Amino acid sequence: MTQPITARFQLNYSDFILDVNLQLPGSGITVLFGHSGSGKTTLLRCIAGLQQAPQGFLEINGNVWQDSEINLFLPTHKRALGYVFQEANLFPHLTVAGNLQFGLKRIAKKPDAIDLQHILELLGIEHLLKRMPDRLSGGERQRVAIARALALNPEILLMDEPLASLDFKRKQEILPFLSRLHQTLNIPVLYVTHSQQEVAQLADTLVILEGGKALASGPLSEMLSRLDVPLAQERDASAVWPVILIEHETDYHLTRVAFDGGTLSLPKIDAALGTSLRVQIYARDVSIALEAPQATSILNVLPATITGLTDDRGGQSVVRLQVGTQSLLAHITRKSVLLLNLQIGTAVYVQIKGTSILN
Amino acid sequence: MLTSADLDTLFLTFKVASLATFLMLLLGTPLAWWLARTHSSWKGLINAVVSLPLVLPPTVLGFYLLVLMGPSGVIGEFTNRLGLGTLPFTFAGLVVASVLYSMPFVVQPLQAAFTSIGEQSLEAAATLRASPLDTFFSVVVPLAKPGFLTATILGFTHTVGEFGVVLMIGGNIPDKTRVVSVQIYNHVEALEYNEAHWLAGCLLAFSFAVLLALYTVLKIQPVTHPLK
Repeated sequence: MTQPITARFQLNYSDFILDVNLQLPGSGITVLFGHSGSGKTTLLRCIAGLQQAPQGFLEINGNVWQDSEINLFLPTHKRALGYVFQEANLFPHLTVAGNLQFGLKRIAKKPDAIDLQHILELLGIEHLLKRMPDRLSGGERQRVAIARALALNPEILLMDEPLASLDFKRKQEILPFLSRLHQTLNIPVLYVTHSQQEVAQLADTLVILEGGKALASGPLSEMLSRLDVPLAQERDASAVWPVILIEHETDYHLTRVAFDGGTLSLPKIDAALGTSLRVQIYARDVSIALEAPQATSILNVLPATITGLTDDRGGQSVVRLQVGTQSLLAHITRKSVLLLNLQIGTAVYVQIKGTSILN
Repeated sequence: MLTSADLDTLFLTFKVASLATFLMLLLGTPLAWWLARTHSSWKGLINAVVSLPLVLPPTVLGFYLLVLMGPSGVIGEFTNRLGLGTLPFTFAGLVVASVLYSMPFVVQPLQAAFTSIGEQSLEAAATLRASPLDTFFSVVVPLAKPGFLTATILGFTHTVGEFGVVLMIGGNIPDKTRVVSVQIYNHVEALEYNEAHWLAGCLLAFSFAVLLALYTVLKIQPVTHPLK
């Protein structure tokens, strides 16, 4: 599916206003990111029809689900969507199989048995079918909830902080499943979160919400490195690069990966050659040198060009760099910027002290 | 021993209680659902009206019903015009009075059960293509089963035990309005303590058996008075 999603909503409660006008891609994971009270969940609920914005227009895959101009508002149960709640929200009186069947019984176009089996395998829940929800762990419950939504073969999958109620260990249990979904699903996913980690790991497109308004939206790499967006300023600011695994250096317990414009050495990764991965590089782990360092313990030194600079309070600067086709952020001191006379267009070398693999 | 007249009153009592319970569930379910979900400003008023029989002396309720359903009452004139005659001192009148009298015992447990279900399950059902009515029968009813059971039993047993309202509206007509509680009163008035014992014993055994089944076999939480 390639048709973009159009979502316009205006909603005015006494203490909260939602006012967005978004065009979102019809595939991949779009993360709605913001702090609590930013309106991200309200936006998702408006898209699902669980809440009705008085002024709104919503088009998904060529179907108009809401158009307040002509008083059109499709109730939730008539929208071809899948919704995953923060709490798994399974029906406590039904087994896992019963929960999965609930929606299936109510749709005209049944999925193939193979597709269903595929979903069960993908989420690793085949062995849970006969259990009641109260006999499942939090992570298992959430996986069943995701399967229940996907089984309907929806035109869009909406996920409202599906990991927020889980502890760190359970999150780590589910994230790989979500990453896998990402590679196999061909429907758009709207994913609400306030976790930068989930943004880095899952997002293809990022929408940043603040005070009920969309501050910015665009492809992840562009959004992470945009200096006018608060993400770049935060302590945890980072760049995320898609890479491909090209070589294992077994003697050194290292793995080499290629990105568009060079290669990186990373701590050993247990994955086959050719695997697609995401590498996260924190701005605080990047330093800048004017000349190629001759003797350094840092393995990843890459030529780069400065494409942006900001002054920050507290003597810190955020520098945006271009490495190959990828963007990179560096947090360095204001003093270093002046001493090295860094300006937009300056050719430099970046030294990357640390990286982390996201999937 | 139970006389055949006693057996007739037992049979009549169960007939009234069954029919009244059926009607109360039919009317009380949508009412309780509305009360559990609405934000309307009418909610307080309706709640108060439905709960009135809990605090009103049965004779007061019976008196007003007698007046309203009598030939010159609003309801009486209406039923007369429909060609149904007036309701007091008839089986139908007894059922109508029972429904009004026992309604809070059906509505309140249902309302509590519906309230506890919460919006999330309903929203989950909606995202899984279930219409509101479908959701009610496939999610709400199964989840509120203990509430329905409590409502049925409280409604039924409370109707079986009514006395004051029956005397006011139904009187003491054999085979038409003479229910067990009235018959026990008749026996005691006539100093027939032996017969009174048999009937009273039957009711005691019945009530105890129902509650025992409720708490042991079905493992329902003890039913407290709905107002408490």
